[in-house]
Amino acid sequence: MSDIAKFPPRERHSDLAVLLPLSASAPDALGLSRWLASMPGWVLPALTTVLVFWPVYAMAQSTFTTERLLSTLLKWMPLLVTKGFVLNILISFLTMVFGTIAGIFLGLGRVSHSRFVRLVSWLMVQLFRNSPWLVLLFVVMLSLPFEIRIAGTIVPVPDWMKAVFGLSLPVMANIAEIVRGAIRSVPSGQWEAAESLAFSRTQTLWQIILPQCFKRMIPPWMNWYAIMTMATPLVSLLGVTEIITLTRQAMEAEGNHPSLLVPFYGFALIIFFAYCYPIARLTMSLEKRFAVKL
Amino acid sequence: MSDNSPWTADQPIVSIKNVRKSYGEFEVLKGVSFDIMKGDVICIIGPSGSGKSTLIRCINALADIQDGSIKVEGQEVHDAKLDKLALRRKVGMVFQQYNLFPHKTALQNVMMAPLKVLGQQKKDVEMRARALLKKVRLEGKENAYPGELSGGQQQRVAIARSLAMQPDVMLFDEVTAALDPETVKEVLITIKELAADGMTCILVTHEMSFAREVADHIYFTDRGVIVEHGPPSTFFDNAQDPRTKAFLGQIL
Repeated sequence: MSDIAKFPPRERHSDLAVLLPLSASAPDALGLSRWLASMPGWVLPALTTVLVFWPVYAMAQSTFTTERLLSTLLKWMPLLVTKGFVLNILISFLTMVFGTIAGIFLGLGRVSHSRFVRLVSWLMVQLFRNSPWLVLLFVVMLSLPFEIRIAGTIVPVPDWMKAVFGLSLPVMANIAEIVRGAIRSVPSGQWEAAESLAFSRTQTLWQIILPQCFKRMIPPWMNWYAIMTMATPLVSLLGVTEIITLTRQAMEAEGNHPSLLVPFYGFALIIFFAYCYPIARLTMSLEKRFAVKL
Repeated sequence: MSDNSPWTADQPIVSIKNVRKSYGEFEVLKGVSFDIMKGDVICIIGPSGSGKSTLIRCINALADIQDGSIKVEGQEVHDAKLDKLALRRKVGMVFQQYNLFPHKTALQNVMMAPLKVLGQQKKDVEMRARALLKKVRLEGKENAYPGELSGGQQQRVAIARSLAMQPDVMLFDEVTAALDPETVKEVLITIKELAADGMTCILVTHEMSFAREVADHIYFTDRGVIVEHGPPSTFFDNAQDPRTKAFLGQIL
């Protein structure tokens, strides 16, 4: 009988140093998407039942019967979606465009050779990542003019456009961190090889380093898109007529009856869920596909 | 720039004088000097940590030096006003870890620098790149990505990539150290052909039989100084310094 067999199984594990999977200790950059994507497909109909159909039934009273509640909701639904949610999506798209472009440059600033640029970028990232989004929104709202003059013509700046700038700030700071992390993850040998081939630093960044980062940046980038999309109702506090503002107005038009509260807000929640859920699923499948093969 | 310097081909193409370099307190190079003539093949050998790699990285300014002078074709490398990019067009380098660009095919890897850095015509560059890949015996692998190639094949792409810049001097930093034994040979053959074509080569290597065969001159470094040097026959068969003898005794 061999000696090894006498030991209980645990003792037989090697005591040599081994590399644990990196994800064991690294903070999860995809928290929201991972959580959303982990939900099974029946969550959406279940949520719809719990947040819309059941309240419509349970909260029905003599003045607002179940049928009347349903027909009221159905009546407002097209407007809430086409005039409200579509604006939320538009805001989220534009915010992502501005936030990404600014974030890439801010992220490059974080790895700049110039101490000053690095310091300024660091300050901006810290400031915009760690400030309450609503505070940033108010600051932008109040500090931007309602119209600007470009070459003699007066261009109005609508509130929702200001909201886009306000939301872009935290998105920019978080994208900057994604960019910095991705640049850092490229082995230093790539820099040296490019340097020895007479590439300038700027050329190295844009032609060699960033193209390699592109894939690994997509999942966390999409994760931030989902987070930011769900934050767009914040702008209703600034008077932008997006879905939540319209929901409130619709309920007022129907006499502000308490029975309307849960079905109407429940509908808004479901619409966001229905929009973000497939994005989260896609994010996680891309994450799996782009995973660095060791 | 080299244009206004009086360097001619009968002067050393690389001239290293009294070079000192330290990382913090630790002095890696303690006054190293030697000259390399055009077309020479020299091998730098020595125990690990003796400063061999650091030395050749100083030649193309990947690492800076604290004291002394390194001249390539008469141009001081560690001059604040130096056009580093101009220097690196003259000095090619191949690394231990190949460092190919993983998002580009073999052909694109070779073509990239001449296209983007030198701004040459795509047609000419492609023709030259294909010829170079053929020269390193990688015909048919033009469209393979680095991940699809073996270590030895990747290293030969790296050599072709460096040659595409038409350098005057090639630096090889332990280029076979990360390779499987069976692929070492194919890389060494490539380097040998290159040397036979008259390319000036500076190699850091642990392949003693290769060094003996290909080198015009061997330098043995230990603890930041050149302990002994000479043509391979004298160096390997008639070493004088006890440190050289001890090292060769361990290796051979």
